[in-house]
Amino acid sequence: MKASSTGYRIIKDKLFISGVVLFSFLSIVPLLLILFYIIKNGIAVINWDFLTQLPRPMGEEGGGIINAIVGTLMLIVIACLVSVPVGVTAGIYLNEYRTGKIAESVRMAVEVIMGIPSIIIGIIAYTWIVIPLGSFSALSGGVALAIMMLPVIIKSTEETLKLVPNTLREASLALGVPYSTTIIKVIIPAGLSGIITGILLGVARVAGETAPLLFTAFGNPFMNYNILEPVNSLPLLIFVYATSPYQEWHSLAWGASLVLVVFVLLMNFITKLVTRR
Amino acid sequence: MGTKNTKRYKDRHERKEMIFRGILYLSSVGILLLLIGFFVSLPLDAFESIRKFGIGFAFTRIWDPVAGNFGALVFIVGTLVTSCIALVLSIPFSISIALFLGEYFREGIVSTFLKSAVELLAGIPSIIYGFWGIFVLVPIVIDLEMKLMVINDRILPYGVGILTASVVLTVMIIPYSASIAREVITLVPTDLKEAAYSLGATRFEVIRRVVLPAARSGIIAGIVLSLGRALGETMAITMLIGNANRLPDKLLSLANIFVPINTMASVIANEFAEATDSLHRSSLIYVGLLLFLITMVINITGRYIIKKTSVSIDE
Repeated sequence: MKASSTGYRIIKDKLFISGVVLFSFLSIVPLLLILFYIIKNGIAVINWDFLTQLPRPMGEEGGGIINAIVGTLMLIVIACLVSVPVGVTAGIYLNEYRTGKIAESVRMAVEVIMGIPSIIIGIIAYTWIVIPLGSFSALSGGVALAIMMLPVIIKSTEETLKLVPNTLREASLALGVPYSTTIIKVIIPAGLSGIITGILLGVARVAGETAPLLFTAFGNPFMNYNILEPVNSLPLLIFVYATSPYQEWHSLAWGASLVLVVFVLLMNFITKLVTRR
Repeated sequence: MGTKNTKRYKDRHERKEMIFRGILYLSSVGILLLLIGFFVSLPLDAFESIRKFGIGFAFTRIWDPVAGNFGALVFIVGTLVTSCIALVLSIPFSISIALFLGEYFREGIVSTFLKSAVELLAGIPSIIYGFWGIFVLVPIVIDLEMKLMVINDRILPYGVGILTASVVLTVMIIPYSASIAREVITLVPTDLKEAAYSLGATRFEVIRRVVLPAARSGIIAGIVLSLGRALGETMAITMLIGNANRLPDKLLSLANIFVPINTMASVIANEFAEATDSLHRSSLIYVGLLLFLITMVINITGRYIIKKTSVSIDE
């Protein structure tokens, strides 16, 4: 190998670290720009009316996004009701039967479901729920989001329960406590914060999802509390308003984006707090 | 009397345990059934299109809902081109972040800041990227097009197209490959690095000849997994790709970088809700089936590489 002078090698070293630092910080420039534009354009629109009123017809000033906020919350609640019981119990199963054939294939399935593009989950929710029920609905949207939450919840439940010391379980069983009670009263409480983290992460993952809702929850300009009717959600509203040609709608979309980003980032923040404890 | 009560108690107790185990078992099997459901449902719903167009569907460039002629080639090309551009653009950034956090500055305020910023980047919803792209990136790209005068067969530059979508996609996938690469880079044994330092190597030489080779397969796995994400990314792309269902006439021209096209995910997002014709709908599901299979193969490959790497690290 050709020997190069020490000075040259040191310069190369310095150049390389400068490159690493430069590229690292360049990649968060878009983040700062996105936050800057959303806050700048969003703050101007947000006021009490914006958060509590229904959208007005085109041409009228003002109007709000309350239907989308309520719709988003409805979808998240439905998604949690479906995914949390199934996800937590499946996670417990994976922790209890670590090496079984079923556990292995379930683990594999969880990885695959994790990687399925969200638009395809939308197609599935459409063919499984929208077609049989005959209409777009909050229920179908919630189920689509639940499918996206499931792998997150299962994985974090399994990972947390793995960390619960075996001595706890043995102590409980040694006292004659039945197996089911041991799990419900000892193992789950010990791993509760991890399970909650998983649920929050799942919510943060789906709260901003649009693709699976395009042909399930579908969107709705009115307020709706019926889970069998279409509902609006914040991402859907942003999509419709952002791609419309109207100036007023664009500013409403900026406001809705700010609300959505704050919600998603808050979820991530709470998750971090829970993990730290 | 006493034994009878005990027996009844024991029966009830056992039944309760059985039910509990049954619930655990059912949930897990439910997950398997869910995945099997995808494999059964998608081909079934795409059956009309599969029967009519067969495997040639993937190589036909005509997509004409009015005449009832469907082929996915345009979308497959669109998906591959945008994903590959994004992948190549993202590599220097994600490897830099991985080296910054995993090798140069493992602790400290600056790296905590960078780490949280990258996490936020991953947390921002796709729709927000798309919306921001429309109002901030598109005008910039229009300017660029005007300056370069790459006006093919049209008069006004659109600003939406392959380049715009790829740039946003790049930003979106950086966090994924960066976080996996960082994990493997952190795992490179210190003895290896110290051995190289003791021979008089500079930090750059240690990174180039020890750290990166040792972490190579993990870094590749991260890139493969971020490709999986890029392929399935929908909303941001749908808003920025321009939604044109045809390939440019002259395929190998650099000006094509500004051309509007469609990806597999974006054509489904655009047309599915309006597809009333059953052949149109089943063709869209056929596109979805292809996308599902491609992303699954890519993801399983990535996981396989990771699994192999972590085994070799354990040994």
